[in-house]
Amino acid sequence: MRFTLFIWRQSNKEEKGRFKKYQVDDISSSMSFLEMLDLLNEQLINKNEDPVTFDHDCREGICGSCSLVINGVAHGPERGTTACQLHMRSFKDGETIHIEPWRAKSFPINKDLSTNRRSFDSIIQSGGFISINSGSVPDANSTPIPKTIADKAMDAAACIGCGACAAACKNSSAMLFVAAKVSQLSSLPQGKAEADKRVLKMISTHDKEGFGSCTNTGACEAVCPKEISIGHIAKLNREFIRAAFKSDLNL
Amino acid sequence: MLLDGKIPPGNLSDKWSKAKFDMKLVSPANKRKYKVIVVGSGLAGASAAATLAELGYNVACFCFQDSPRRAHSIAAQGGINAAKNYQGDGDSVYRLFYDTIKGGDFRSREANVHRLAEVSVNIIDQAVAQGVPFARDYGGLLANRSFGGAQVSRTFYAKGQTGQQLLLGAYSSLSRQISKGAVNMFTRSEILDLVIHEDQAKGIVVRDLISGKMTVHYADAVVLATGGYGNVFFLSTNAAGCNVTASFRAYKKGAGFANPCFTQIHPTCIPVSGHFQSKLTLMSESLRNDGRVWVPKKKGDKRPAKEIAEDERDYYLERKYPSFGNLAPRDIASRSAKEACDAGLGVGDSGLGVYLDFSSAIERLGEQAIKERYGNLFHMYEKITNENPYKVPMRIYPAVHYTMGGLWVDYHLQTTTPGLFAIGEANFSDHGANRLGASALMQGLADGYFVLPYTIGQFLADQRPLSQSETGELEKSGQDTCQKVENKLNKLINIKGKKSPLQFHKELGEIMWDKCGMERDKKGLSTAIEDIGSLREEFWQNLNVTGSKESFNQQLEKAGRVADFLEFGELMCRDAKEREESCGGHFRTEHQTEDGEAKRNDKDFSHVSVWQSQDEKAPLCHKEKLVFENVKLVTRSYK
Ligand SMILES: Cc1cc2nc3c(=O)[nH]c(=O)nc-3n(C[C@H](O)[C@H](O)[C@H](O)COP(=O)(O)OP(=O)(O)OC[C@H]3O[C@@H](n4cnc5c(N)ncnc54)[C@H](O)[C@@H]3O)c2cc1C
Ligand code: FES
Repeated sequence: MRFTLFIWRQSNKEEKGRFKKYQVDDISSSMSFLEMLDLLNEQLINKNEDPVTFDHDCREGICGSCSLVINGVAHGPERGTTACQLHMRSFKDGETIHIEPWRAKSFPINKDLSTNRRSFDSIIQSGGFISINSGSVPDANSTPIPKTIADKAMDAAACIGCGACAAACKNSSAMLFVAAKVSQLSSLPQGKAEADKRVLKMISTHDKEGFGSCTNTGACEAVCPKEISIGHIAKLNREFIRAAFKSDLNL
Repeated sequence: MLLDGKIPPGNLSDKWSKAKFDMKLVSPANKRKYKVIVVGSGLAGASAAATLAELGYNVACFCFQDSPRRAHSIAAQGGINAAKNYQGDGDSVYRLFYDTIKGGDFRSREANVHRLAEVSVNIIDQAVAQGVPFARDYGGLLANRSFGGAQVSRTFYAKGQTGQQLLLGAYSSLSRQISKGAVNMFTRSEILDLVIHEDQAKGIVVRDLISGKMTVHYADAVVLATGGYGNVFFLSTNAAGCNVTASFRAYKKGAGFANPCFTQIHPTCIPVSGHFQSKLTLMSESLRNDGRVWVPKKKGDKRPAKEIAEDERDYYLERKYPSFGNLAPRDIASRSAKEACDAGLGVGDSGLGVYLDFSSAIERLGEQAIKERYGNLFHMYEKITNENPYKVPMRIYPAVHYTMGGLWVDYHLQTTTPGLFAIGEANFSDHGANRLGASALMQGLADGYFVLPYTIGQFLADQRPLSQSETGELEKSGQDTCQKVENKLNKLINIKGKKSPLQFHKELGEIMWDKCGMERDKKGLSTAIEDIGSLREEFWQNLNVTGSKESFNQQLEKAGRVADFLEFGELMCRDAKEREESCGGHFRTEHQTEDGEAKRNDKDFSHVSVWQSQDEKAPLCHKEKLVFENVKLVTRSYK
């Protein structure tokens, strides 16, 4: 297979970037998308040109490093699939492919296709945890948790923190990311004690980090590689309203 | 090199409690004065950094990814062992201890392994309290599955994403300490060397991967939690960034490196599909609970699986190891697969594959039940191979997965360099010559949450904190080390040859897989040592690193890691050559029984091989004798 690529090139945070055109031939349909980029990079190195910088690590859809907008869609055309798990058989021979980094104010570009997602860590640091210290905890089976609830918590916990949700949203809202963590922790009995404080803090940090507000377009759910349901945002909203109400009343 | 394991005296089951009681304590008010550097934010690093900060130490934590949550531990799939005996099927701390010692083919320390089994139960409590959504039964209690090398169900899991959930649990605790200012987190920071001052580890040299800026960080103790080195083989199930640099630099600076050749080849990975392949994908061992491994009985039988009748199939694991069947330990399952393929019975286009067949489980339990257990793995398999494993059997082949070798540590997890500790996959401690499935997560978290936080106190209690000392001389040696690192980076960039770092990595991987992989022999290892030497020479003459040192430069990162692999690969081959026996994952073809099983030599090799670097000269091999007081050394049998 052969492809024409338009890739976003930007040498650092300050520089203005632009698309650059490349041609790749001899691509096998069972290559992954990142392996196709590896091949391009080897060609560039051979010509002493600067290879394309992009984030990746696990290459199996779990670490959340890879973060490419492919033909305008975060993580590309396959639903429920990260860019690293995408294979060239999903494209037509001869196709033109545009590759860009995440676009969101809160994810500044480091170089080419790599962005800075520290804002996501800040959101978790503000409350995405249960406050316990190592060792001082009860036996794991002391509180039975109904399977349905445990399974729901697991569905939310599947989030890989890649940032596709915010990259796909026209308001650059990361509400799906916040909702997944809030929903996981507040549905479990262990997480209930801090539920109010958690949701208020995480939402306030989300806003402070410059992410926009959610207008329920569902664009996030459509690109989420772990197919996390937008239903969690509804739960987040309920949690938030209850917590805000209680805090207004100083309860 | 003095190898004092510092194993506490007394009964096996009392050693750890006694050791904890005897250890010196640092008073809460004094802990703040000590700074500890933790390199790595995987299960071991994140749990250690969080716990040390909870205790009151001043912690700095480093990782090369853009967030601590992305450490390689995130990819672990199948589960974590613990001797909870929730299933009432006869499990106990002693049984987990025994299974681990036996699984490791009697090449690990009794005391360490027993401690691991003891604290395993606390890990599950800890994770549940953090909100880790482990799988549960309908009654609401925790569910378990079985893993290889065990006849009880003691593996806890969160779908096929156990590593992810455990790491996110540790990351949440770490995040809490970061927000309190108790941990200073440095992401996209790569450790390129250690600062050793007056024979103690006192700091690290760090390159900021975005700006290229070099800095030196100082501390009262340095903990390496930098993971394993499986990527020395180029193709492995490890994440692309996994590397040996931090531990190898520690070795070059004097720390002993134990059993470098002990590598685990995992039996169930998706076979290689082309020369462009950048990594291999694991299909969790948990699949062997319900999948049956087979090959056609007839050589070169290319018919589709479903046309091959039952009596024309060889379920070779069930046949050869009736009591463990498909759950035989990894080293045995891997070698059996290789044997079948070498005999021409392999399946798929390349002939390098065996079937892992779920049809009888689907018939028995229904597709839905299988989907619930392994949905994400089946999905991943289909994505990569374009085949539907609910309809046709999976094709699998062994691949490099884990490294049991690592920095030598004593019972306190301290290396031979005072002040330098190693935890998680980076140390050699608990798995002997073969790790049992679901035991790496257990070990990483045991080290980080429950062992190191105690043992490091024993060391620090005798130290005068840097915060209260004159540090002029130390800083001089730090700057000196930093300068040397910069010189090396300049050298890499200035070679301006023709070949990319990736090409060198691939070539090294081929040598390693061929000569130091699933089977090894003396002649092959000698050739490999020579070949690696020539490749290394070519590397330093013909490497092409584009770009500059003062910018975000992934080629430079890669080149530095490959440079270390090129030296380390040789050390592995030396170790494999020196160990004239077969044990666990180390199979020397010269040493096998009549029916092709590993033949251990307890008389001459019941020891840990610990390598000491000698600059330009060949390294020295020291031995830590393994003493077994509680278990009898027997020939491992899973028949
Ligand atoms: C696909 C897969 C599945 C697995 N499944 C299981 C399973 O089901 N059960 C099980 O028990 N085990 C499993 N394992 C093994 C297990 O995941 C690992 O052994 C374990 O997670 C290692 O944890 P760690 O904390 O020691 O290191 P890692 O998680 O590898 O973390 C290493 C850390 O060190 C940092 N680092 C490394 N080098 C440097 C440097 N030079 N400078 C700065 N930072 C550095 C990295 O950034 C990272 O934060 C699996 C492994 C793989 C590959
Ligand atoms: S590289 Fe890890 S999710 Fe894509």
